[in-house]
Amino acid sequence: MLIAGFLALACVKLLYLPSYKSTDFEVHRNWLAITSSLGVQSWYHEATSQWTLDYPPFFAWFEFALSKVAVHFDPEMLVIKNLGYSSDKTILFQRLSVIVTDFVFAVGAWTCMKNMHNLKSVQARGPSRDAAIYTLLLTNAGLFMVDHIHFQYNGFLFGFLLLSIGAMMQEQYLLGSLWFCVLLNLKHIYMYIAPAYFIFLLRAYCFNNSAFSITRLVKLGSLVILTFVVSFGPFVNQIPQVISRLFPFKRGLCHAYWAPNFWAVYNLVDKALTIIGKKFGGDMIKIPTATDLNGTQASMTGGLVQDIEHIVLPSVPPLATFIITFLFMVPCLIKLWRRPNSVNFMRSLTLCGWSSFLFGWHVHEKAVLIMILPMTLLAVISRKEAKYFLLLAITGHFSLFPLLYPHQELYTKMFLHIAWAFLAVKMLKKVHKCDLLTLAEKIYLLASVIIFIYSEFIHFYLPPNLAKYEFLPLLAYSAYSALGVISTYVSPDRKR
Amino acid sequence: MLNVDYALLFSVSLILRYGVSLWPYSGEGKPPMHGDYEAQRHWQEITINLPLDQWYNHTQDNDLLYWGLDYPPLTAYHSYLVGQVAHRVNSSFTELHQSRGIESPDHKLFMRLSVIVADLLILFPAIRFFCGSSLSATALLLAIYPGLILIDHGHFQYNGISLGLFVISVAAVIRNCDVLGSIAFCLALNYKQMELYHALPFFFYLLGKCLHQPSFLRKISKLFVIGVSVIGTFVAVWLPFFLAGPYTTLQVVRRIFPVDRGLYEDKVANFWCTIDIIFKLKQNLDTSQIGLLCIAATLLLSLPSNLHVLRYPTPRNFVMSLLNTSLVFFLFSFHVHEKTILLVAIPAILATSVLDKKSAFQRYWLPWFLILTVFSMVPLLVKDGLLLPTIASTVFFCIMYGNLDQMVSTSSSPLNERMSSPLPVEPNSFWIQLLGFSQVVSLCGACLLTLLHEVYPPPARYPYLWPTLICAYSSLHFLLFLLAFHVIQFSSGVTVSISKKKL
Repeated sequence: MLIAGFLALACVKLLYLPSYKSTDFEVHRNWLAITSSLGVQSWYHEATSQWTLDYPPFFAWFEFALSKVAVHFDPEMLVIKNLGYSSDKTILFQRLSVIVTDFVFAVGAWTCMKNMHNLKSVQARGPSRDAAIYTLLLTNAGLFMVDHIHFQYNGFLFGFLLLSIGAMMQEQYLLGSLWFCVLLNLKHIYMYIAPAYFIFLLRAYCFNNSAFSITRLVKLGSLVILTFVVSFGPFVNQIPQVISRLFPFKRGLCHAYWAPNFWAVYNLVDKALTIIGKKFGGDMIKIPTATDLNGTQASMTGGLVQDIEHIVLPSVPPLATFIITFLFMVPCLIKLWRRPNSVNFMRSLTLCGWSSFLFGWHVHEKAVLIMILPMTLLAVISRKEAKYFLLLAITGHFSLFPLLYPHQELYTKMFLHIAWAFLAVKMLKKVHKCDLLTLAEKIYLLASVIIFIYSEFIHFYLPPNLAKYEFLPLLAYSAYSALGVISTYVSPDRKR
Repeated sequence: MLNVDYALLFSVSLILRYGVSLWPYSGEGKPPMHGDYEAQRHWQEITINLPLDQWYNHTQDNDLLYWGLDYPPLTAYHSYLVGQVAHRVNSSFTELHQSRGIESPDHKLFMRLSVIVADLLILFPAIRFFCGSSLSATALLLAIYPGLILIDHGHFQYNGISLGLFVISVAAVIRNCDVLGSIAFCLALNYKQMELYHALPFFFYLLGKCLHQPSFLRKISKLFVIGVSVIGTFVAVWLPFFLAGPYTTLQVVRRIFPVDRGLYEDKVANFWCTIDIIFKLKQNLDTSQIGLLCIAATLLLSLPSNLHVLRYPTPRNFVMSLLNTSLVFFLFSFHVHEKTILLVAIPAILATSVLDKKSAFQRYWLPWFLILTVFSMVPLLVKDGLLLPTIASTVFFCIMYGNLDQMVSTSSSPLNERMSSPLPVEPNSFWIQLLGFSQVVSLCGACLLTLLHEVYPPPARYPYLWPTLICAYSSLHFLLFLLAFHVIQFSSGVTVSISKKKL
């Protein structure tokens, strides 16, 4: 079933080869070129293209390995100067590389599925649970849209996360940590869920039968340090340069397209208050001149990436977001400390991802996957979690729609989204043997159709004076999805 | 009420269809004639700009040599409808004369969506109607069969409409709604004249049912009612042409049945094309002799299965006869296109509903046959630039077919969650093992030929080596299948399950 499922999905992915691809395609082509043409010492200094290397060293080595295969498809893609090069063979190679490396994801999903059998606290049992875990992970519509159309390697990366979780389920803590360290050195954004790992490993592994074991701490510590040394070793002379590439803080509070998180709503409220304040005269609220207003308003919502100045509500510096993010992680971390089993570990992991999505700095909408994918494993555990999973995943995938903006991809994303939603509802219903969503929740999900029809069709036919608010469809998507994401975040916390 | 199983099946089917439609269509980037895509667009242009009596006639505005209409009136009406929408979306799509050879991403999206809409409106409801409320293997196979997807959404055609109407007619007739079935079949026939391949079984089955009526009065009245519905449907469809005069009507007939065309075009997996390798028919016989030979062979070979249906008009025999008759027509008739194999594949899939799912047919013969139908079209698909989607959709189909039980049983009651000890499985008999072995060897051969066709350029002496080999390979297999399917039709010892289908 592992191979059959993976192959079947690979066939569908192959069909979508000619789809739209984003600038991320060029990003990775550039990295193939950099790693294959230049020596290691230049990788993080090379800046011919604007898409400089900003992932940790293991990913650079990954691109290096890929480039060894790429040369047999079309050597021209490996020339750094060929900016924007995308011959048919290049597209074929790059798309194939995503499809093939997804095998790591398939193996990770399979491992988690198998190791779930060991967990005592899991309610549902039987082949339908196995099928649900494996299938819903592999066919995840969001992953399909981001990886195989927009173009990224998230399947490959999440595969390591799943392998790590799978190992933890088997109480193979060192192996789990190893996978996670590898993952961190592939893409450092997973740092956000590191607290869950930290607490879990400390409590479950280092405190061996409630006695603190120094040997275990040392073993764990050396493993982590060793991984980082292997990764950063070749770059020991250029650590500051690498760090500056990995953590570019010039970017704003929100990405060009607002991820549907707390700050999106914050911005929206700020904007609304500004408009209200403008209408009712401006003594109480300090309102800048009309030109300032237009300038900052436009930049916040016009889709560009800049530092955002809030007008009514206080501006938010990066440190504030970190503190708030961390604060919201604390409750689940405490619970994990008290009862350090694998299920709580998965829950904390998901909730850490959740709070980093909601409150983090410059969050990409693609980060919604960091919540959805681990939560797939939780969805088979209890009915409540299945319900939250459905709401989160369906809304989350919907929030990815603006990523695939060309007209041709409208139908792609629609069919993928709808198919996966039906699949998830059907499989989880079979696992839990009951209808999971209430009427209100179904209506909420169906309301997305209205947003969809508006943003994709009606907006273009509005009279000219309204049409200039081109941010409006994106805003609608963000706001609607944020509602879904935030409300599901709040509910499970209360249950704890 | 929303049936989640069907919603899921159709959305997956849409994913496959839309994915294939991203690839090139027939004649893309190949002026001046392009291909079937341009033909369909041209018919939209003709039907909305010219009056009805000029649609099939060679006039100053309508050059019949440039993709003249050669399907019956329903296709023309359909083109008219789609053309009207096209005109409103972007009038340059259907500008008389000016829009020839128009190629743009917007136009392609529009045309591709029109096929998807046709499937949504006709093919999917037909599948639902045929299979009933619980998802069956038949529904799954109909929805993901790669041959239909590749031709309709890749090469570009509207077979979903005629085949959808055909499926509705079969479903209706099996359920004893003979009038509905007759009307649906006549509509299918009036959409594409190739549906004549299915006409004989319909005729004999309905006649057989009439003859089995208890009283003479009943027999006559049933015959009369069916006759009236058939004639009525034809009159309704052809009325505008009747009103335009006998010349116009005859001209339509001439366009639909071009008797002066050759025995075959290109390479087809047809008996005559294969014989031609050894014995040059065209050189030894003249056209009328060849025509006579075809008609004689086709009718003679169709007789056994159809007389069987006449004598024992059961749904099982009817569906098997549809399969056998259409295969005979494909192999032995005149001017066959490789795409017409779809007319054989669909009844083959429908046969899963009347035969036992553990039978050799569903386990071995059917998947073997269906994959070979796709293989027989490889030269055409490769010419269109559709090799990758062909491979992808066929491999996907094979994997789904291999796990058919799992797919379909998920819609059964959730109470069988308990893992029961497996039932004792009889070891396969020698013949079944031989069958399985032959199937694997044959499919490997097919893969090899595809690979060679793609990778190895043919020697200069035989430039059409690979397509010819592919056609010969396919037609020999089809002859084997013809024999096997006839044996299956005539063997009534096999357990038969004709479940009562809930609407």
